[in-house]
Amino acid sequence: MDIKYFSWIREGIGTDEEQVKIPAGVTTISDLLDHLSTLSDGHAQALKERVFVRVAVNQTHVNHDHAVKDTDEVAIFPPVTGG
Amino acid sequence: MVSVSVQKEDFDIGAEVAALKADNFGVGAIVTFSGTVRDMGGTLTSMTLEHYPGMTEAELMRISEDAEARWPLLGTRIIHRHGTLAPGDNIVLVIALSAHRQAAFEAAAFLMDFLKSRAPFWKKETTEDGADWVDAKETDDAAMNRWQR
Repeated sequence: MDIKYFSWIREGIGTDEEQVKIPAGVTTISDLLDHLSTLSDGHAQALKERVFVRVAVNQTHVNHDHAVKDTDEVAIFPPVTGG
Repeated sequence: MVSVSVQKEDFDIGAEVAALKADNFGVGAIVTFSGTVRDMGGTLTSMTLEHYPGMTEAELMRISEDAEARWPLLGTRIIHRHGTLAPGDNIVLVIALSAHRQAAFEAAAFLMDFLKSRAPFWKKETTEDGADWVDAKETDDAAMNRWQR
């Protein structure tokens, strides 16, 4: 799965994009965040406060209970601050 | 007609309004909003805007089409800059055109409220003390939610 990171989540994880092999049993965004948090201390810290973790699937905002599949483009970022 | 641009370059508000008015003689009301970089009492040296190329444009188009579905508009235009900006620089421009003022005023406010809470931009402020990401404001979500019906 192709995962993009932005803003302080990108800085905490240390990369703006990575390919992650998704284990069986990961079916929702919430499952995915749990799995990503096991990859490194940086991932765990950046994704710890779930209320500040926003997700887009295929460039559309989704909730954490949204389903994900391996071919999705997933982006993970803090609440937006444009304008 | 809705139109969005996400760009590093500055924009010219007068030129944008003139282009939208050209050959659009049904227009009787044009509301423009522009947002600029504040100097935070002289402490801010620069502001850097990161965004999500592809989704940013898609989200701004979705917001614009929502506005067109809600009000009798004769066009909208959104320009949002990214990259590193200085105090006083333009950040964002929203223009709404309609036959009458009420639709144009309301649509411009709607576009900005949704842009603030939905468009994937992140601001980082640099001062003499270092650089920090700007926190999202709960009041921005409240401003968006007032349009729910």
